[in-house]
Amino acid sequence: MATIPNSIFTPTTAARFDKLATIYPVKRSALVPMLLYAQDEIGYVSDPVVAEIAQRLDLLELDVRNVLSYYSMLRTVPAGKYNVQVCTNISCMLRGGFELLDHCKHTLGIGHKETTPDGLFSLEEVECIGACCWAPAVQVNYDFHDDLTPEKMDAVLDSYRAREPK
Amino acid sequence: MADVTFIVDGKTLTAPAGTLLIEACKSHGIEIPAFCYYPGLSLQAACRMCVVRIEKQPKLATACTTTVAEGMNVTTESPEIAQARKATLQLLLGNHPLDCPVCDAGGECELQDMTFKYGAADSFYAEPKNHRDEQKWSPVVYFDRPRCILCYRCVRMCGEGMDIFALGVQNRGSSSVIAPNIPAQLSGVVENGTELAQLDCEQCGMCIDACPVGALTSGTYRYKTRPWEMNHTATVCTHCGDGCKTTLGVRSVSDGSEIVRGDNRDKSGMNGDFLCNKGRYAFDFANNIERLTSPLIRKDGKLTPVSWDEALTFAGNKLRDLRQDRGPNSIGVIGSNRTTNEENYLLQKFARTVIGTNNIDHHRTADFVTLATSLQGATGRFASQHDVEKSPAILLVGGDPTNQAPLTAWNIRTNVRHNNARIYIANHEGIKLRRQAKAFVQVAPFGYGAFIESLKADNDFAKSLHAEEQLVVVVGNELRGGELASLIKALPHAKFALLADYANSRGASDMGLLPDVLPGYQSLAGSTIANEYAAADTPGLDLLAMFDAAAAGNLSALYVVGSNPVKRYGIDAVTLKSTFLIVQDLFLTETAALADVVFPAANLYEKSGSVTNSYGDLQLVSKAADKAGTRSDFELIVRLAGHMGHDLKTLVPFGKGLRSDMGQSRGAQSGEADRHSVWMTANNLEPKTSPFDPFAILDEIQRLVPGYDKLLRLQLLSGNDQHISPSASGLVQITTSRKDLVLPSADTLFTSGSLTRYSPMLQDVQRHQSTEVADHLASAD
Ligand code: SF4
Ligand code: SF4
Ligand code: SF4
Ligand code: FES
Ligand code: FES
Repeated sequence: MATIPNSIFTPTTAARFDKLATIYPVKRSALVPMLLYAQDEIGYVSDPVVAEIAQRLDLLELDVRNVLSYYSMLRTVPAGKYNVQVCTNISCMLRGGFELLDHCKHTLGIGHKETTPDGLFSLEEVECIGACCWAPAVQVNYDFHDDLTPEKMDAVLDSYRAREPK
Repeated sequence: MADVTFIVDGKTLTAPAGTLLIEACKSHGIEIPAFCYYPGLSLQAACRMCVVRIEKQPKLATACTTTVAEGMNVTTESPEIAQARKATLQLLLGNHPLDCPVCDAGGECELQDMTFKYGAADSFYAEPKNHRDEQKWSPVVYFDRPRCILCYRCVRMCGEGMDIFALGVQNRGSSSVIAPNIPAQLSGVVENGTELAQLDCEQCGMCIDACPVGALTSGTYRYKTRPWEMNHTATVCTHCGDGCKTTLGVRSVSDGSEIVRGDNRDKSGMNGDFLCNKGRYAFDFANNIERLTSPLIRKDGKLTPVSWDEALTFAGNKLRDLRQDRGPNSIGVIGSNRTTNEENYLLQKFARTVIGTNNIDHHRTADFVTLATSLQGATGRFASQHDVEKSPAILLVGGDPTNQAPLTAWNIRTNVRHNNARIYIANHEGIKLRRQAKAFVQVAPFGYGAFIESLKADNDFAKSLHAEEQLVVVVGNELRGGELASLIKALPHAKFALLADYANSRGASDMGLLPDVLPGYQSLAGSTIANEYAAADTPGLDLLAMFDAAAAGNLSALYVVGSNPVKRYGIDAVTLKSTFLIVQDLFLTETAALADVVFPAANLYEKSGSVTNSYGDLQLVSKAADKAGTRSDFELIVRLAGHMGHDLKTLVPFGKGLRSDMGQSRGAQSGEADRHSVWMTANNLEPKTSPFDPFAILDEIQRLVPGYDKLLRLQLLSGNDQHISPSASGLVQITTSRKDLVLPSADTLFTSGSLTRYSPMLQDVQRHQSTEVADHLASAD
């Protein structure tokens, strides 16, 4: 199996990518999963990530960028340590999603796809995250928080701040 | 495939099964509007402009993806269809500015036409239009995002047609955008504090030609003029030996008329829609301010402008005196790869009959002499450019068409894409066309001899080649002389073509700009032409021998037409110190700078005549532009002969002919009719009235040069190409020890011999490719 010398990924991820490239009938089918894993590891899809993935899948960097730019969940700039994703799709909208989003904007002092100066939080308005029955819902990194109000949201944000060493 | 019958707008039509409805309609004169559909590229069905009503189908159907079927009943225009198309247009115009009067494509825009036709200029959208600033992706490609209607023609053209894949689609939905391959943050190009995306590609401009609107525009043409303010002339590209038609847009300026644009939207030539960077943009050398516009004579060591009369008289007298005093064989003549067949023929006739020497040569870029002698007597063994486009199997030995002969590369790619042609490649480098190859053989540097040997052996590559029934072999200029001959011998069933470098390299050989053979590769003694010329039958000096003779003080004069041997062959200036040098060129080249007399010449875009591409396809050249102060090489040669006191009628057959009393009974030519006049009458051709009419020489070429005798005037004049094969037999291969006589010019996509430095566009693109995009190679391997 062809391995990439000087991979920018951790050995585990690199090994995972080596395998990913072999399990689909067409190599490039591994592109989207690779981009997601890469983003998880590096924090965003950086130019070196694009270059390495292109190399792994025998694609042009342009091909990778074409796909990358299609998906709003893939980022090309670093997000905050905690990426707050507020849903404003139909159920959440009806149950106060926009108020929640405005509240976050206000308390964090940042807008859509922006990051706080200390790099702790970033904010994103997203489409349905599949938690409609407990709307309004917010996803922070891979954690779900539901049935929220602005007050509960403050507590959520505080709980993340509390994780940071003083 | 079998024909099917179907009904369109009440008319019964037939077309082969499998034909796309939109094409079937087009060939019957029914136009269906289309934005995303582009003949020859994959189907996209993205724009929905081509919708038609097909009976028994529940919804409107796209004519660009529907194939005709027996009994189909189609309506192409109805209020329902008009409404659907209008709605499509309104969506397209959501972000598109309606400012055709200031758009570069105004007047030749498919969207403008359709908006006019369906009256969709009013919009239901209240949202503000999304505006983006224009971007410069390269010196020749600009992108104006709001005008883009996302038809993806450019993306497919670049990927499928060019095999570059430099353009992509990014983002999604209404924010989709066409993006070049070097993103802004990596380009390193910053303007006003903003990083700019760049394009690393072959800069062919095919994407611009394909773009139906004004979203992609050409750096050299944009905002200079309006399409209806130009005259258009279709002529042949002067750069490589492939023979593309380029349609030049020309407008009047104070000193003649200048070329503002080159394209091939009319698909008039053998290149179909294709043009490379040079054919499309590198006409700008013609407008260069460094063009010579006055004859020059060296006075007190300095080249000084003089009148035409003074220059011609001086040069004519001098040549005549030197011929008298030091003999005709002390004079040499060097011709050009970019002048017309008529000029080349005339020049060698000038050398052989006016001066009386076989000292004539040109900068050879391929060994056509070996090709002609190896294939003599055979029929159908010379390949045409069309064979590369159609043949089921092609072997490419040496060469790199992508860089040296871009149309050949385009045709090979198209042939693979459309007809699954089998491409075999033997090369010492992994050239880009390898991606299209069915089989590739790595040849050692200078190892083509061994490769040819291996064709006799029992290996897979050789076996598949021998099994090909219709094989076309395209040979790069690495193979010459003995190697070329043995390759031809090794594949006795194949057709052959050589890649050569300039517009008329083949023509220069065919027309006898060679010291050892006459036009049509006829021998110096005994052939029809030889008898008619009554010239010397001993071979003259070749190009290198002329300079050797000059160095030894034995060359009294040298007449160089449209060539720069001093630069090309690295000739030391001292060599020519005792030689009277006449140079005829566009610019003060290294050679011209050493001359005693310089004549400013017109270029290929400023004259008429014919050229032969490296495959032997003959085409008409038409005069597009005009530059005050220059004259065509044809006229200059004739005038020089005149000033030497030569009887012009014996050089150019014009007027009533040499002897009005055909079948004369007295004098030197007694008993002999004027063969030319007799031939002209027999062929129903009118005598030409002027000695400066190139067609007078074309008549003689047709009468005397084997291969060219079969040319059809009507084909030529209608701008069609016709294939010429030197059909004579009894040719002798003169073996010369000077292998370096054939000197490939090693031109790339962005160079064109001596013209390179006079083309600002080529300079710009070279800089762009070497600095701005150097680290971001687009190639997939
Ligand atoms: S100019 Fe460049 S981007 Fe456009 S088609 Fe040619 S190679 Fe592709
Ligand atoms: S730039 Fe032109 S050719 Fe390319 S998608 Fe847009 S409109 Fe079509
Ligand atoms: S391929 Fe050759 S002939 Fe055709 S446009 Fe390019 S340089 Fe001119
Ligand atoms: S709408 Fe918000 S989670 Fe589904
Ligand atoms: S031309 Fe048929 S959908 Fe665009």
